[in-house]
Amino acid sequence: MSASQVIKKSDSNASRLAITFSVLLLLALLVPLLDQAYYTKLVSRVCVFAIAAVSLDLIVGFSGRVSLGHAAFFGIGVYSAGILAQLGITQLGWVMPIAFMAAGLVGCFIGSISLRTQGLYFIFITLAFSQMIFFIAQGLRMYGGDDGFRLPAPTVWVEGFDLSQPKVLAYTMLMVLMAVAYVAHRLMTSNFGQVIIASRDNSRKVNSLGLQPYPYQLTLFTISAAMCALGGVGFANLNEYVSPASISWVQSGEFLFMVILGSAGTLLGPILGAAAFVLLEQILSAWTEYWMFYLGIILMLRVLFLKTGLLGLIAQERT
Amino acid sequence: MSLGLFIEQVFNGLQLGMILFLMAVGVTLTFGVMNLINLAHGSMLMIGAFLIAFATSSVPSFGLAVLLAMCMVFVLSWTIERVLVKHLYTKPHLDQVLASFGLSIVLNDGVIMIWGREPLYVNLPAWLEGPVQLTSTFSYPLYRLSITGVAILAGLALWFLLTQTRLGMQIRAGAEKREMIGALGVNINFLFTVVFAISAMLAALGGVMLGPMISVQSGMGDPLLILSLAVVVIGGIGSLKGALYAALLVGLVDTLGRMVWPSLLGPLVGNIVSNAAIYILMAMVIAIRPSGLFGRQLQ
Repeated sequence: MSASQVIKKSDSNASRLAITFSVLLLLALLVPLLDQAYYTKLVSRVCVFAIAAVSLDLIVGFSGRVSLGHAAFFGIGVYSAGILAQLGITQLGWVMPIAFMAAGLVGCFIGSISLRTQGLYFIFITLAFSQMIFFIAQGLRMYGGDDGFRLPAPTVWVEGFDLSQPKVLAYTMLMVLMAVAYVAHRLMTSNFGQVIIASRDNSRKVNSLGLQPYPYQLTLFTISAAMCALGGVGFANLNEYVSPASISWVQSGEFLFMVILGSAGTLLGPILGAAAFVLLEQILSAWTEYWMFYLGIILMLRVLFLKTGLLGLIAQERT
Repeated sequence: MSLGLFIEQVFNGLQLGMILFLMAVGVTLTFGVMNLINLAHGSMLMIGAFLIAFATSSVPSFGLAVLLAMCMVFVLSWTIERVLVKHLYTKPHLDQVLASFGLSIVLNDGVIMIWGREPLYVNLPAWLEGPVQLTSTFSYPLYRLSITGVAILAGLALWFLLTQTRLGMQIRAGAEKREMIGALGVNINFLFTVVFAISAMLAALGGVMLGPMISVQSGMGDPLLILSLAVVVIGGIGSLKGALYAALLVGLVDTLGRMVWPSLLGPLVGNIVSNAAIYILMAMVIAIRPSGLFGRQLQ
């Protein structure tokens, strides 16, 4: 393949990605206008999961470590919304930043220990820490323990304009998703991101250039954790319920599935993956009560047969 | 706290530790020999429990039921390895995590499709019921004692297999250097299948023994899987000795902690701490020795 062809190829890839992105965005903007609560909630669900998936992709795709514990940070968002609402704090201007900070702090702590390890250890440790958060949530008896509790009041922008209204929730989560994706994109195209990507590909080389990857990775982990919690705030409002199930390891596995279903390390991939996941979930669960069974089979097929994820089907690099 | 209660809790802790050991051996062997992460390992324990529930309801003798259940696990795990798992050995960890996570939700939902959502209960045969009088004041349920006994026997059998037989020598060599043993003409595909089946059967044996003690339901193996991952990390991935010591440590810390922490810290905090204690222990081990207590130092 000659150089000009390569450029043409990557041009056409870039335009296909741009088209995919525009179609998704347009769908998210237009569907709530239909005034069908069911479809509007689907948009919110996709956005909520996409926020978590994009955050996770920063770790999995760009930092090259597999976190099997991101549901912990998602759950911190869910519980922040719930507990703050019980305390009478429902303003979005408080809830979102508090969830963000809380998950960031916990993420910084978990990251500072987990990032000392690599490979398999990192997977197990993130899983174990999320399990720890799960048990803490389960142990909070004044907050329903294992059963969880109803979200007492939705998060509000201003009086009469709150996240219990499907449209407000959908557009709010879309805005948050855009912000999260923008931050992620800016981070990964900056010098900071270059260090992260370089130390994923060859950490020894980065070391010999006089850079310590650890502080960069810890910063990234903290940001990823904090952003993931924003999705959790939306999730609590979407379900109007707060439960430890949102911290379970199955939830972490599902986030990972979304990232991989789309394509890791691409930012657009996880959004596509989250949309595909929600669609699959809706279609399969309408068809059979054993939808997890078929989801598992799809997951295995994805790993065995699809090399690059859904995004790879849209914009394929052929050499 | 009375001495009798304390001893009873120590016994319970050792028993949990031995079940965790049976799980952790599988995790650490499959990783050491095949470089495979298997998140469906907890589902194998669950399958063991469901199969013993099925087998006890279809054959009259408990011993025969155990044998039947183990044979079914053997066939199932052999099939799973041949159809799915053998394709994963050369894949990156991320793919292994996802595929085995997929397998675990397939198995967890599969048992619901077959046996329904209601938990099953397994009846113990009369000869395993009742307490044993260990001292004049201290008695302990016979069944719980026999679990520990069977787990120790399984551990000894495994030790014999690994250290005294040709197959075991090949398995240990495979854990040292996979490519080398292949180059020496050992049928590595067969070896991998055997290791996978042994691991699955040890986990299922845990399930078979837990079946009569707790309600048998979908997903029951997952918490134990995660605990056994903690065991493997604490002991050092790939180390069988580490798995044994860490499993006993985790079993004791978990069981005794549930008694100690609530009385020290009050019911709420104590409850949380006792649930999270294992993971705090693990975090401490990782912070001090990232490769685990018996693991090789990371490069």
